[in-house]
Amino acid sequence: MMPDQLLFAMEVTLNGLMAGVLYALVALGFVLIFKASGIFNYAQGVMALFAALTLVGIMDGQVPFSHLINAMFGTDIHDFGWHVPAVLAIALTMVLMVGFAWLVNRLVLRHLVNQEPIILFMATIGLAYFLEGFGDIMWGSDIKKLDVGLPQGLNAFIDDTTYGWFGYGFFIDNLDIVATVIAALLVTGLVLFSQYTKQGRALRAVADDHQAALSVGISLNFIWVLVWSVAGFVALVAGIMWGAKSGVQFSLSLIALKALPVLMLGGFTSIPGAIVGGLIIGVGEKLFEFIAGPALGGATENWFAYVLALLFLVFRPQGLFGEKIIERV
Amino acid sequence: MKLKLATLALAGAMTAAVPAMADLVFPSLSYRTGPYAANGIPFADGYADYLTLLNERDGGIGGVPIKMLECETGYNTEKGVECYESTKGEGALVYQPLSTGITYQLIPKATADGIPVHSMGYGRTSAKNGKVFPFIFNYPANYWDGASIAVKHLLDLNGGDIAGKKVALVYHNSAYGKEPIRTLEELAKKHGYELSLLPVDHPGQEQKSQWLQIRREKPDYVLMWGWGVMNQVAIQEAANIRFPMENFIGIWWSGSENDVLPVGDGANGYKALTLANPGMDYPIYDALKTYVYDKGMAAGAGDQAGTVLYNRGMYAAMLAAEAARKAQELSGVAQIDAGMMRDGMEALAITEARMTELGLPNFGPEFAVTCENHGGSGLGKVQQWDAATGKWNVITDWIESDKSIIDPLVLEDSAAYAAENGITEGCN
Repeated sequence: MMPDQLLFAMEVTLNGLMAGVLYALVALGFVLIFKASGIFNYAQGVMALFAALTLVGIMDGQVPFSHLINAMFGTDIHDFGWHVPAVLAIALTMVLMVGFAWLVNRLVLRHLVNQEPIILFMATIGLAYFLEGFGDIMWGSDIKKLDVGLPQGLNAFIDDTTYGWFGYGFFIDNLDIVATVIAALLVTGLVLFSQYTKQGRALRAVADDHQAALSVGISLNFIWVLVWSVAGFVALVAGIMWGAKSGVQFSLSLIALKALPVLMLGGFTSIPGAIVGGLIIGVGEKLFEFIAGPALGGATENWFAYVLALLFLVFRPQGLFGEKIIERV
Repeated sequence: MKLKLATLALAGAMTAAVPAMADLVFPSLSYRTGPYAANGIPFADGYADYLTLLNERDGGIGGVPIKMLECETGYNTEKGVECYESTKGEGALVYQPLSTGITYQLIPKATADGIPVHSMGYGRTSAKNGKVFPFIFNYPANYWDGASIAVKHLLDLNGGDIAGKKVALVYHNSAYGKEPIRTLEELAKKHGYELSLLPVDHPGQEQKSQWLQIRREKPDYVLMWGWGVMNQVAIQEAANIRFPMENFIGIWWSGSENDVLPVGDGANGYKALTLANPGMDYPIYDALKTYVYDKGMAAGAGDQAGTVLYNRGMYAAMLAAEAARKAQELSGVAQIDAGMMRDGMEALAITEARMTELGLPNFGPEFAVTCENHGGSGLGKVQQWDAATGKWNVITDWIESDKSIIDPLVLEDSAAYAAENGITEGCN
């Protein structure tokens, strides 16, 4: 029989890995855009919120901008009275996210080509605030229950199995298991897309060198729309996973805060880095809370994630998987 | 007859004293945007609708129209202070910031400006001592009352003996969330229960560590001091680990529909304290329908009536209006100022007869405010969520907090504040 503390540590580690996957889902969106365009997209968290709000709104048949319409015209409309199946709603949400990507490129990025990265970063801050308010006006500020049929709660099989082995049943959330499977599929899909499709290769070419990519006829506009669309899809997946845990509400936009240490650790340009970084942060913060939390008064996770990332940066400033930037004079 | 004459005389005096009447200004520091908007909106709507009702039905208070100044704080302390600074010159009578952080900032400012602050069920608990905090009021109950009411409920459930029971407090890791700790520690000494503390950092979207710890340590009861997304996630995590929901009790800021609806059936049986009853079964809603909703004058989207936080906002406005009425009565003028409002608040007495008259029978507790006690009666009830009907059901009568524990703590904390700030305690 294993000592209790070891069993608890194993359970915490497993849950840390699962939490890490959820962090990595958010970090992936940042990586995709940074890799292709060198933009740190401050609006990624808000994109997750907006995508999830849109998904729930479509599923529930909510009339977009209904509060605004009612206030302006004295009407009393709220919903269309139908319910859209989750799969169709996800597809429609993706169409909207592609439209959003096109608009961002058309109205913001195109006008900022050749600007300093800080200018582009500032533009994404503006975009985040705009999207926050726009999402509020479009779908309202109330907390929405997101139910796309994902299982949630204790996984009885793992609980029973580990109880049989150790005399203590491990808690693993079914939703976390689903998130892990989806994240694995997402990363596999992204790798296959970038390796084996024409658009994927073009994306990699732009990521390597904008000028060289332009010189061989790759459309920068198309690539940016493509990459913002893919980031929109990743945001939707992250929004679904986090929204299923807490309901869809404004706080979803703050999940970006959990992605920052992951990016610092894994590197801003590496998809595997986002995954590995997420796992390290997830396990690290949970184990630290388990071991040192009681002595330090608890609530160590938020700050410890950054401390851990900074420790890695001391030895690898570009992050674990980031590209080393060599500038020759 | 005498009463009629007195009323006429008072009305005459009021009219004579103020030849050209301005408005009674009630600022509303609301948050309709940001991470806590879902809670800020119903409170702000309830507050606004009640004041609209008074304007539409009664022509204001004592014949003077009410002007509500709404200012968006986003639940951000700096913005809240900006709102205060930008509205205080408009003749503001009382501030209700709906934020402990903003309240803490306003305590010295409002005191210096001579404008009362009413932090109803939040803010600095020791402001209950009006001898130190003459302009701050926190009736009808405060956080320490809440902690004691929760423990008293546990005592009731266990035949008066909770010695040896394990109680965990899951709290927002902020000034607000830390408020009940001292009281719960003192109550633990008195009743012999074992208290463990589990802080959750803002915003509280990720609480796996805390709930794994609860699963390992198996406390008999979990209390929660949460706000916003922290509440929904905590209730979801409790459901995930199959913690018995009837043993999970939140403070009144962790007990709205917003906190339980996203969790669905899993939230069934969850309990929370309440300062006033939920629901719409009160005559005041008939008046609101006639004078506000049907006229298209409802605040916001008009879809929050009857929710826990809407009722609380309405209750806050009602208490403010009653204090203004009292101030008019005391001063003999209808156009009161902030100083008179303070006096009205300090002389406020809420009786069941008056509540019934206002269309809110058996809605909130009876209490009387004095200089020594700005905190009211310290009464609360326990409500329980029924997921099948989607309703909160009140399951206890009014529970009174343990004053033998709370009053010495209030005196100690307020005395420390007085010493730090060179305040001489006393009543006018």
